[in-house]
Amino acid sequence: MLLASLVEPSFGLIFWMTLSFLAVLFILAKFAWKPILQGLKDREASIADALNKAEQARAENALMMAKNEDLMRQAREERELLLKEARDIRDKEIAGAKAKAKAEGDALLARAREDIRNEKNAAITEMKNSVAELSILVAERILKEKLGDAAAQKALVDKVMAEADMRKS
Amino acid sequence: MKILQQGDPPLAYEFYLRGRKQGYNPYVMSIQNLLRTASLLIGSLFLGATNAQHDGHDHGTAEATAHTTEAHATTAHAEEGHVKERFNAGKLIMDHIGDEHGWHLFGHTTLPLPVILYDTQRGLQVFSSSRFDHGHASYNGYALVDHEVVAVADAKANGHAPFTVDEVATKAIWDISITKNVLSLFISLTVLVIIFLTVAKAYTRRAGQAPAGLQNLVEPIILFVRDDVAKSAIGEKKYMKYMPYLLTAFFFIFLNNLMGLVPFFPGGANLTGNIAVTLVMALITFIIVTVNGNKHYWGHIFAMPGVPGWVLAILTPVEILGMFLKPFVLMIRLFANITAGHIIALSFFSLIFVFGETSTGAGLGVGVFSLAFTIFMTMLELLVAFIQAYVFTFLSAMYIGSAVEEPHHH
Repeated sequence: MLLASLVEPSFGLIFWMTLSFLAVLFILAKFAWKPILQGLKDREASIADALNKAEQARAENALMMAKNEDLMRQAREERELLLKEARDIRDKEIAGAKAKAKAEGDALLARAREDIRNEKNAAITEMKNSVAELSILVAERILKEKLGDAAAQKALVDKVMAEADMRKS
Repeated sequence: MKILQQGDPPLAYEFYLRGRKQGYNPYVMSIQNLLRTASLLIGSLFLGATNAQHDGHDHGTAEATAHTTEAHATTAHAEEGHVKERFNAGKLIMDHIGDEHGWHLFGHTTLPLPVILYDTQRGLQVFSSSRFDHGHASYNGYALVDHEVVAVADAKANGHAPFTVDEVATKAIWDISITKNVLSLFISLTVLVIIFLTVAKAYTRRAGQAPAGLQNLVEPIILFVRDDVAKSAIGEKKYMKYMPYLLTAFFFIFLNNLMGLVPFFPGGANLTGNIAVTLVMALITFIIVTVNGNKHYWGHIFAMPGVPGWVLAILTPVEILGMFLKPFVLMIRLFANITAGHIIALSFFSLIFVFGETSTGAGLGVGVFSLAFTIFMTMLELLVAFIQAYVFTFLSAMYIGSAVEEPHHH
């Protein structure tokens, strides 16, 4: 019956199916699936590789950036340091120069004072001498002029004597 | 029990596997499968009954119905004008989903195919199927009865129907004719070889580049079979060895399911809905599973670890039965799904002629609905074509996976 033939496998078809399916399975396995699967695998590997490399490059780049940043920071720090040192040196020099100038000034001033004092003393001495000489000269003149008169001499002596007495007492 | 001990894979997968072992399909398609199988059974019973009736009443006028098709059913009557013969939907459908010597192309045109017989008494016999004249004539002592080659009593005479079948001589015939299904098998396999050799060439020629053309068409499916079928069911380490079979099986089933939906040559043969084809495929899966089964697999069949002796007495026969049941279910599922699809689509068409017999208007009226339903069914079948190819491949992979699985713990 027809229904029976539907669920009853026919020998011929089993025969051809087994033969041809296995043949095709063999052909495809050897000449199609192998290169296809290999190709897929290779492509996936190359893509994964490329991605890895990109990731690596990115990481390297980041590292480099960090390094650059570090270098910049170091340079900046160094500059700060240098500037600070320079400022310190300048300050120190200025301070030193100031001190030196002051010392020098002081010394100069002291010397000037000394000089002035010396000059003053010298001047005083000279003036004393001049006064003495002048006094002598005046005295001489006066003496020459006044001592011609005996009375006047007597008066003078008296006056001097009186003054001297006054000074004594 | 065995399954729960396996541990690693997710729970849903466990239940799936366990369900599969018991022949129950908790898969999404289970409802559809159930409906299909039910409709197939009901349909078959009904058709079987009408056939029996038919066989009884017109054995003598077999010539009129031997090659009935929907096109013929009406024209034949008009031409021959003898006793009004009723349109027989059952016979029409069975003729379409079954196999035949010679491929009916259209109208009265049939592509004759070689009949190859190995007769243990008379040796190899090769001749054209046109010699049988659609079962009307015998040739060289052979004739066609219900699409099967039989030996007829008067061996030398090229007689006409009805034939006197020589039962003993018929038993000596091994029919390896190139039938409609065999030719369809050859065509589909040739197409597969051409497609995949071309694609393989593209992979070697354009190594490392993005896929193009035909490569683009099949690559997603290849990747799907590799990643979602083989890798997930067999495991990362061992899947590669089974890829050629899984891929070939998938594309073979898929292509033939699709070709079965095409109503004219070279499509139209119901190859994946033929039990001989699904039998061979299930058998290959069974052989792969059995040959590659490791100690762990056999251990779980014959002596389930951690199970007391008296339970083993029950469990071992069940497990052994399960070993054979798994490929058997594979065979039935594909066969039943595809055949049921063909039966339903053809039933809708037959409705047109069944109603057309009462009045032309009724036939046309029903025709509109039948057409709409057939379009719907064909859409569904397109989905089923893929799903069944997937299910067959996935279950094969799962059985292989359970056979090569290494014990993780205990």
